[in-house]
Amino acid sequence: MLDAIKTYLNSTVTPGEAGSQFWALLYIVAITLGISLAVIAMNWLERKILAHMQIRLGPMRVGPHGLMQPFADALKLLIKEDIIPANADKLVFWSAPVVVTMTAFTTFLVVPFGRTHAVTDMNIGVLFMLGISSLGVLGIIMAGWSSNSHYPLMGSLRSSAQMVSYEVAMGLAIVCAVLMTSLQTGTGTLSMIGIVQAQQAQGMWFIFKFFPLGFLAFVVFAIAMIAETNRAPFDLPEAESELVAGFHTEYSGFRWSLFFLAEYAAMLAVSSIAVTLWLGGWLRPFPNLLSGPAWDLAFSLIPGLSFLVMAAGCFLGTMRMPKIVQMRAQAIGLGTFGALLGLLGLVMLAPAVRDRIQDIFWFVAKVAVFMYLYIWYRGTFPRYRFDQLMKVGWKVLLPIGLGVLILTALVGMRHELLAVVVGGTR
Amino acid sequence: MSKGTEHLDLDNLDVGTKEKTFLDSTELVLNMGPQHPSTHGVLRVILKLDGEKVLGTECVIGYLHRGVEKIGENRTYAMFNPYVDRMDYVAAVSNGLGYCETVEKLLSVEAPARAQYIRVIMTELCRIASHQVWLGTHALDIGALTPLFYAFRDREEILKIFERYCGARLTTHAFRIGGCIYETYDGFEQDVKKYCTFFLPKLDEYEELLTTNRIWVTRTKNVGILKPEDCIALGVTGPVLRASGVKWDLRKAQPYECYKDLDFEIPTGLNGDTYDRYLVRIAEMRQSVRILQQAVERIPPGPIMAKVPKVIKPPVGEVYHSIEAPKGELGYFIVSDGSTQPYRVRVRPPSFVNLQALDTMVRGMLVADVVAVIGTLDIVLGEVDR
Repeated sequence: MLDAIKTYLNSTVTPGEAGSQFWALLYIVAITLGISLAVIAMNWLERKILAHMQIRLGPMRVGPHGLMQPFADALKLLIKEDIIPANADKLVFWSAPVVVTMTAFTTFLVVPFGRTHAVTDMNIGVLFMLGISSLGVLGIIMAGWSSNSHYPLMGSLRSSAQMVSYEVAMGLAIVCAVLMTSLQTGTGTLSMIGIVQAQQAQGMWFIFKFFPLGFLAFVVFAIAMIAETNRAPFDLPEAESELVAGFHTEYSGFRWSLFFLAEYAAMLAVSSIAVTLWLGGWLRPFPNLLSGPAWDLAFSLIPGLSFLVMAAGCFLGTMRMPKIVQMRAQAIGLGTFGALLGLLGLVMLAPAVRDRIQDIFWFVAKVAVFMYLYIWYRGTFPRYRFDQLMKVGWKVLLPIGLGVLILTALVGMRHELLAVVVGGTR
Repeated sequence: MSKGTEHLDLDNLDVGTKEKTFLDSTELVLNMGPQHPSTHGVLRVILKLDGEKVLGTECVIGYLHRGVEKIGENRTYAMFNPYVDRMDYVAAVSNGLGYCETVEKLLSVEAPARAQYIRVIMTELCRIASHQVWLGTHALDIGALTPLFYAFRDREEILKIFERYCGARLTTHAFRIGGCIYETYDGFEQDVKKYCTFFLPKLDEYEELLTTNRIWVTRTKNVGILKPEDCIALGVTGPVLRASGVKWDLRKAQPYECYKDLDFEIPTGLNGDTYDRYLVRIAEMRQSVRILQQAVERIPPGPIMAKVPKVIKPPVGEVYHSIEAPKGELGYFIVSDGSTQPYRVRVRPPSFVNLQALDTMVRGMLVADVVAVIGTLDIVLGEVDR
């Protein structure tokens, strides 16, 4: 056992590569739990952030600042009556949420939270992720069709058309990034870890590569990924004002919560792809500008310090709470939460932990930015109409993606091209 | 409009086009409402669809029918006054004004100058409040969540003025036949002035979120176009008519109360699409602020109630009078048989008449446009069904 831990700690590759099934399994469990927890946190954050954008408070009653609200909701959904509509195709209706959830979680097999923090490093990592996440649309079609009702059917039709058309633009943008990995080193890679290492080797995140080409590819991907996950302003499949709830109109209780889980897991998954491909994955920001051991140390302290800041925020909140008996439980709860965060922060400051944890921290922080953007878009934009959505996908994003791809190839091969041209004229 | 559900033959619903569609697919009949998030209450729209395209619609109404007109026949003139507030419940003050003026016309009395100014201030505040509800819900239908909360936050200030004036926020019963029963409270003028200066920047804020928003413009431009001749043929009034370019506003066309003394413009649109209707309503809010600013400066001293007998017994006869409610022409037709109760009360609600235009506007458009058009028509089902 001790040997297993020792070899794990000294390992410089992922458990999958090292062939350690035990650690791979442990990682799978940890990631599943982590994603579920992240979805719960996202649920709370989305409601709070959206509420504050809309001059509301959001959940305030269940736990301090509504912190326990997602758990209360989850409990409510679990104990709800399990309803399958009488005319529904029972088997398909039953399996649709399973398919959606499975695909959303499976993509995380290859997401590199750090150099060693991934279940495995596939040489076709990006393709695997794209393929598996595309399977999610199958579950949505199944859900819409098996419900045997008009609104879900229309929702699932919209969804499938939307996902298929935006996948094209998304794929083109991804190819740009993959192309960039091969340009200087000469060895291209589809491996998620390889792509991040290529950015490290080239000393540049791909978003800045061949400016503005890398940036454009990133923007195309960032728009397509919102459409891919059916979020505002592309949330037509579940357009509340038109289709009631879209493909999951007939679902309730735990099955519905699986769709919810899958949606947020998919959001996290595509954001992970974006972070890995363009924003340097687990690499810390400003590696060139602020380099040197002193800066390395400073950046490695940030994870722990940020937790301490959050803990301080909680304690401040505890102090600001009205000093009345009714609020005592809330104050104690928030204080405990703050203490927990502070403790985590202190643990993260320990040298042994912080070197190992900071990869994960930077990765999660970058994904969190995308998550915030998702919420921000939802609070800001109206919804596209179906034909306009298709127009944006096929007439705007696809040509831009194609153009950026061709330009990236040309710019990347400029020396060789020049040699050919010069050689030709000679 | 259909008589009722059981008489509706869904398979042979007359929706015009019967041509063969792609792959000979059959049409989809979609029942939108009465329980639907964006039919603004209990409107039921039966949509015949070819994929996402709307081939035709049929509105089924009456889910909120309370027999307001019949109640009018069984109440005295004064007793019926609060009932009209329940029709268009987001613009209750306007309803009350229309009714009081109609009975005054029947009695041949006129409200004193001070009462007229108070009435104008209240109705213009009410117009802003009604348009704010429209703006919020319309934006919500198109998918923008946030303007709703901003609009309701600012509407609250108007409701506070209403509450201080007459004690009620929504169904106000603010006016009486012959004038007003409540004198303005201390600081009424200051409150209204404060609201005007408070509201204009807020209006810019709404516009910042929507007017030049690319998605908003693509969602509303060329959607639900209503030509001026169609408007007139369908009897459409209010901002919907004006957005089609017809300069018709009863406040100018047949001025009532003190509107002829006040300086304001009638905003009109060009294309008669949803975007123009949005711009017209926004401009109308600005004009209402202008009216408020003038009216509050000029409000004269004097009595607030004309000489009206305690028991109202109008002479035998009939009268039709209409005012410019936030949603269009709100008319009352009252027949008097000389007793204390009206022989017949007929209301011409703007929402009911404007709703007729729905089918003309959405034919050939997409499902999402139906929602946008219902929002832009600004219907209140309490008024449609009465």
